[in-house]
Amino acid sequence: MSRLRAHPVWTPAAIVVGLVAAMLVIAGCGGGDDNGGGSDNGEALKSVGPGEGQLSIICWASYCEDGSVTKGVDWVSPFEQQTGCQTNVKVADTSDQMVDLMRTGQYDGVSASGNATARLVEGGDVAPVNVDLVPNYKTIFPDLKDQPYNTFDGVNYGIPHGRGANLLMWNTNDVQPDPTSWSVILDPNEAKKYAGHISVYDDPIYIADAAVYLKAHRPDLGIESPYELDDDQFNAAVDLLKQQHQYVGDYWSSYLKQINLFTSGDNQVGTTWQYQYFTLLADNQPMKAPGADTGFVPTEGATGWSDTWMIAKDAAHPNCMYKWMDYITSPSVQAQVMQWFGEAPAQSKACEANEIAAADKALGLPPDPKFCDNYHAADPDFWNRVYYWQTPLANCGDDRGDVCKDYNDWVSAWTEIKG
Amino acid sequence: MTLSPATRNLLRLGVGIGLAFIYIPLIVIAIYAFNGGNSLAWPPPDLTTKWFGEAIDNQGARDALWTSLRVGAAATAIALILGSLASFAVARFRFFGREAISFLVVLPIALPGVVTGVALSNTFTQVLGIDLSLLTVVIGHATFCIVVVYNNVIARLRRVSGDLEEASADLGAHTWQTLRFVTLPNIQTALVAGGLLAFALSFDEIIVTNFTIGAGEQTLPIWIFSNLFRPQQLPIVNVVAVLVVLLSIIPVYLAHRLTREEGVSARAGGAGAIAESTAVP
Amino acid sequence: MEAAGVTAGGEKRSVGRRLADLFHGRPRLQIGALLSGPIAWLVIGYLGSLAVLLIASFWSVNAVSGELIKGFSFDNYKELLDQSVYKDVALRTIGIAGAATITDALLAFPIAFYMAKVASPRVKGILVVAILMPLWSFYLVKVYAWQSMLANGGFIDWALNPLGLSGPGYGSTAVWLVESYLWLPYMILPIYAGLERIPNSMISASEDLGANPWRTFRSVLFPLAFPAIVAGSIFTFSLTLGDYITPTLVSPDTQFIGNVIFSQHTNNLPLASAFAVVPIIVMIFYLVIARRLGAFEHL
Repeated sequence: MSRLRAHPVWTPAAIVVGLVAAMLVIAGCGGGDDNGGGSDNGEALKSVGPGEGQLSIICWASYCEDGSVTKGVDWVSPFEQQTGCQTNVKVADTSDQMVDLMRTGQYDGVSASGNATARLVEGGDVAPVNVDLVPNYKTIFPDLKDQPYNTFDGVNYGIPHGRGANLLMWNTNDVQPDPTSWSVILDPNEAKKYAGHISVYDDPIYIADAAVYLKAHRPDLGIESPYELDDDQFNAAVDLLKQQHQYVGDYWSSYLKQINLFTSGDNQVGTTWQYQYFTLLADNQPMKAPGADTGFVPTEGATGWSDTWMIAKDAAHPNCMYKWMDYITSPSVQAQVMQWFGEAPAQSKACEANEIAAADKALGLPPDPKFCDNYHAADPDFWNRVYYWQTPLANCGDDRGDVCKDYNDWVSAWTEIKG
Repeated sequence: MTLSPATRNLLRLGVGIGLAFIYIPLIVIAIYAFNGGNSLAWPPPDLTTKWFGEAIDNQGARDALWTSLRVGAAATAIALILGSLASFAVARFRFFGREAISFLVVLPIALPGVVTGVALSNTFTQVLGIDLSLLTVVIGHATFCIVVVYNNVIARLRRVSGDLEEASADLGAHTWQTLRFVTLPNIQTALVAGGLLAFALSFDEIIVTNFTIGAGEQTLPIWIFSNLFRPQQLPIVNVVAVLVVLLSIIPVYLAHRLTREEGVSARAGGAGAIAESTAVP
Repeated sequence: MEAAGVTAGGEKRSVGRRLADLFHGRPRLQIGALLSGPIAWLVIGYLGSLAVLLIASFWSVNAVSGELIKGFSFDNYKELLDQSVYKDVALRTIGIAGAATITDALLAFPIAFYMAKVASPRVKGILVVAILMPLWSFYLVKVYAWQSMLANGGFIDWALNPLGLSGPGYGSTAVWLVESYLWLPYMILPIYAGLERIPNSMISASEDLGANPWRTFRSVLFPLAFPAIVAGSIFTFSLTLGDYITPTLVSPDTQFIGNVIFSQHTNNLPLASAFAVVPIIVMIFYLVIARRLGAFEHL
């Protein structure tokens, strides 16, 4: 036989010795880098200087169109021409991705939803924003300012971008009559009719949707905020989603993939965003999502999001970032961005008739003077039925104390739900 | 071995099916590269070569290709040095822990890639506190490319006995001379073969790369992966895939010719070397 | 390196010459010099990283800030054991890895046997090349090819339609299929090498003693080739165990060890590290058993 077999016990022994030695060395040196963590978020900019010539931002799909996805739909190039800030757009599919990307420290800013903002602030990844340096901030709708998802300890951390509700969408050929409630995908008796064809957002935050449903259908649980759930409430929501799991055809994170699946018929009903709905409509697919442009909300209410532009702590190009924040909230750009995605603008002046008309023309859309009305842009009462994405924290924020499930619990539960 | 003709034919059929199984998916992809339509339906509605032009024009793909080439070259260089050093030590000397070296060298590829990836990424970001970048990618690739070079060189060193080197020393040559005039010429084809295979391995790698690459960089596999879910990009991805398959065949074929030049195709040694050197993901 | 001309009794000794003299007759030093680089890289770099991974599995993470708390706690392991999903995922992955390994062994053996013992040398050479080429051609492209083929209305559906069947679509079956496909060449080559090493005289002897081919296979070939099969299986098993790309592409709604680790590693590194310990332990067991069975000769 081979000489290599001569000392059978030495090989694993040598490995173990090597491993132990290495471990001791590492442990002795102690952990290396520490995340900035905690309250060290740096200072807000004092004044905006000349642009640095570059900008790297993380955006939700179609928030930062630069002509590469759809010809002619481009508000990044004009920004680049005006400010000289060559802009690199990174599209992220989930808030988790956005948080991860921001933590690499390689981006200047992000369009963060409420289930990312708290984490970015806590983690020391973003700096406060000096709203006086963003002239367009003055005319932002007042009910978007100083909200718990963009203002922490009285300090502003971002500029509002826009807001919208998560939609229930269905293929009218396969789903009749038109559903009016989330029960079509959450009540087992109804969901089983579409087994294997239900599409659900692949993110732990979807647990809140189950909580919204239970708030209406199980008042005994006493759910108030779908993001602050104690043990009983949380477990009920998780159980509901575990039941739903067997009927779900696709947990989507790529909006493009979801469009594909609805087009091919693999998906027939599910949760989605306005962008996918309008894209499918433009492709003559028989989709319906009344929440998209009629202000319809299923009977139980809906989750939604209000997005905020945040700037990285120690951003490499802070001037360009401030210029971007002012640009993206200017009336003419807001009118385009909001109509393209399908959400309510943050900029009140974007609702002026001439802005809307100009944007429709620029995008090649039919004129839609009732856009802002349809989207309840100036209607705070409407938004009371929408539960903006938030970061679940242990502190319930009410007299229950610290018994609520935090984001870690949500993430673990989501892994379990998907099975 | 005597087998009935029926058994022989059955075996031939088995081999045929096996080869078909291996090659059909690649042929399918090649056909998709000419797909005129936008969906994955089969058969493709019509054929066109326009995607080839678009793929070549695509800036993202070209940048990714260049990055892959640079990373591959660097990783191969490191692997060549470390792999040959280690194989020399194991082939020519006896010492405590010698067997452990063989085991150690194989470990990076015996353990699932995801474990290597998490471990390396962890070390880089937590212990060393450095950012992920192309350098970290190169380090990761080099780590499992070492075994490819090691296997090739050690197989050759075992076949070329140490007698030649001893003779050279007896004739008065010292260490470097022996190295330069006796040893290196004997193993150079093994080095080249190992280097080519290491390059192919690095070029192809995605599992560990996903963990060790910085946010702004892309190697070619990363580019393909990130574009797989974009319907508009699919046709270009198909073309890139086909081109890449063709490209990666070349170094492998060359490496194969080099290790077989001594006419050992029918001998276990040659096959063993091939098997050893190809035992990598 | 110095110039070639060395005089016997030469007075001027360059640096290179002096180094060579230093090494001459000192095998320890030579070994040390040879090994210091690789050892440093592999032991400190690689094993050290594995050690760090183990240590990290005892840390925890602040849910909101993402900050790593580098204390010592068993919480992650408790969670792995408490939540049934991790057990399910682990068992599912191990099951598919085993299934793919067995499938590959069954498919590979006839092919390897043909190549080693039946084919003429010319055909053998061609076959070796034919098996070798796709082995190296881009893992990702192969998985992508299968993703396209398994899609609704794709190649598989089209091929099975005349038989009245439709393809398995995406899911665990698809993962088994693709993994078997991917690693088949890794199984064929070691078995081929192993069979090659069996002298034909043994087979002739078996036949002379009156055994029919099946008996020869069972009592002579298979036992002798078994270590090679185990060697090949190390790769098919290990590569399937940790794969996250294949499940992501052809089974997006079921989770395997690989994608749980991948999706958690930025979010909750300690938990991902703890879960990564599972395949490590599985593979160590596998390697130890493989060693006993003599597979390391055939690696």
